[in-house]
Amino acid sequence: MYHKEKSIQIKNSASALYNNLSVLRIAPRSLTYFTVVHANVVNMVSASWDGLNYSHRQLQSKEPNVATSTSLIMQAAWCVLPSRDLLVLTSQKGIQMYESDGSIMVYWHALDTPETPTAQAVFARGIAAVREKYICVGVSSGAMLVFDIPTKGSNITLAEVLEEHKESITDMASECSGSLECIADLVSADDAGNLCVWKSGEEFQLLNKIPGFDMCCSSVKLWKGTVVAGYGTGQIRLYEAVTGILHAEVSAHARWIYSLDIAPFSGLLLSAAEDSLVRVWHLTQTPETNSVEIAHMYNECVTDTQICGAKFCDGDGYAFAVTGYDLSEIIRYTQT
Amino acid sequence: MSSRTLPLLFINLGGEMLYILDQRLRAQNIPADKAKKVMNDIITTMFNKKFLEELFKPQELYSKKALRTVFDRLAHASIMRLNQASMDKLYDLMTMAFKYQVLLCPRPKDILLVSFNHMDAIKDFVKDTPSILSQVDETYRQLIEIYTPLSSGEFQLIRQTLLIFFQDMHIRVSIFLKDKVQNSNGRFVLPTSGPVPHGTQIPGLIRIFSCTGEEVSRLQFSNGGNYTSALREGSLEMFGDRVIKLGTNIMNTPEGGNVNVHVAIVCNQVNTAPNPLAKEELNLLARLMGGLEVKKPGNTESGFRVNLFATDEEEEEALISRPDELSYGVINIQATKDQQANAELAKIMGEFTEAEDQSPHASSKGDDLLAMMDGL
Repeated sequence: MYHKEKSIQIKNSASALYNNLSVLRIAPRSLTYFTVVHANVVNMVSASWDGLNYSHRQLQSKEPNVATSTSLIMQAAWCVLPSRDLLVLTSQKGIQMYESDGSIMVYWHALDTPETPTAQAVFARGIAAVREKYICVGVSSGAMLVFDIPTKGSNITLAEVLEEHKESITDMASECSGSLECIADLVSADDAGNLCVWKSGEEFQLLNKIPGFDMCCSSVKLWKGTVVAGYGTGQIRLYEAVTGILHAEVSAHARWIYSLDIAPFSGLLLSAAEDSLVRVWHLTQTPETNSVEIAHMYNECVTDTQICGAKFCDGDGYAFAVTGYDLSEIIRYTQT
Repeated sequence: MSSRTLPLLFINLGGEMLYILDQRLRAQNIPADKAKKVMNDIITTMFNKKFLEELFKPQELYSKKALRTVFDRLAHASIMRLNQASMDKLYDLMTMAFKYQVLLCPRPKDILLVSFNHMDAIKDFVKDTPSILSQVDETYRQLIEIYTPLSSGEFQLIRQTLLIFFQDMHIRVSIFLKDKVQNSNGRFVLPTSGPVPHGTQIPGLIRIFSCTGEEVSRLQFSNGGNYTSALREGSLEMFGDRVIKLGTNIMNTPEGGNVNVHVAIVCNQVNTAPNPLAKEELNLLARLMGGLEVKKPGNTESGFRVNLFATDEEEEEALISRPDELSYGVINIQATKDQQANAELAKIMGEFTEAEDQSPHASSKGDDLLAMMDGL
């Protein structure tokens, strides 16, 4: 179904972090941007579609007023809003937002870090753009920060702090189908596998809470009202977001799942885990019977690699890219 | 990231170090009493109460350089000496071994089982010495108390923190290459076969449910691997079957014992470079470690040097030809010999030597400690 293309070399190897690959497709310029996190550095590559031009940039977690920066970055992801795209970095010290090409930092939010380290780690993790004007970021305490994003400029403000989760946030995802009919806008996941479903607005509203079974949910997506969640046991579960009804359960991987992605136009699902495997699935929804099905399409084994990031490069799922721990390249695959 | 990583890193690396040293001492026919003294001295230092107290405090991981300094001192806690090249090689072996174990752990929580495998072996090394044994038992209790309540997600954070520490290390280790667990490019083999972790199902099943919760269909898919059911869960008690083999002593196997080692018995302790304490990023652990040396200073007892290479020439060649990127940037510190050269260190030694019966108040000792930290 897919064959391997030429890999993109990156300046550093990828760190073992959940969802450690973000992709931004810029059709007007025939470019795709990729970011991969390595410890305290974000490696950004812009690749032209003709495969001839690559340019690299590195971003560090620059905290003002901090002399020694050993702040590790937990995640880097692009947030696509109608008016602008922002690159968001979350680290042990706080949250940084950059213009989409990484050239200018437009906002910095510091986390409350204690003087002496505590048993509970402090960091931000989990990034999602929601509807027209919000960016949500999760925190290790379980809190979720909702930022109000103006159409341009740096007048970004913290609008709300949602405190529903009790364990560290692992990932967040907003409804990616583009449909305005869906009630649920955002799903958040935590270390205990609990999922919270939200409706955005002046005040975010909790629509539903789906309990985990004390098993970490490391990656989550929301598509046409269906939550797709990947767990540390290697299981993938599909839930109806608003009601919490379990649609499907898949024994998908032999190790911890690190990344999920959905191609919204085709309903293709990508899952990747520490077991070296990337799998492609197909989701189908039958609204009449309120059923959702998942079918297995394809396996790709990235030999001797614990995969930490996997994303489709386009909305149809025609191509996808993969990163692995200790690997200094972004491996790409396209449909045959 | 996780502030609970350092104890696990230290104990597991220490365990690997002991496996390697034990094997070298036996292979070289070092007299049993000397070998035992070395092992006992190192283990005593590793599990010193004050040292462990500091170790178990929530804190960020040390840099590679700082941790290497701690192990330099640990390796020299007795009458045994190692030249720079041998110490480098020892550290390479230790770190690659633990990197392998962390990577191959079926579940992040299994890192605790790996730690217990190391602890079990250490306990066996000192089973005839009750005083050290009780220190080891106390450490078991602390590990159980701190780590067993952690969630799977917190363990994965610990594992991710360790993997960042080991990032980009691809040193080839002969026993791993021979066993085909490491490729010639230095990367470890990750099999897509064998038992799945405890709590995981063999991949291959899709279950679809109706709105009322009934299973309406089952589909199988091909998982691209050759997996078998999970083994039973290993024990996290003081005693028990850990089930996992990672962290057990592979040096005892016939493959592990085939390295030629050269040993020189010297009467004078070999001296190396001056103390760069003023510039070194000397962390508290390393300083504590430096104050705990058990051996007697001077030449009252003949120390000996262990070489991790086949000959002295090979050892020297290894030192010269070691690539810059593999340099740990640490100079071996002979903690007792050079005291006089550095008043600061002498002061620290005086503070922490347990043999001396000092009567300062506990609080002033703590203040001095803080002052020292500020001074650096």
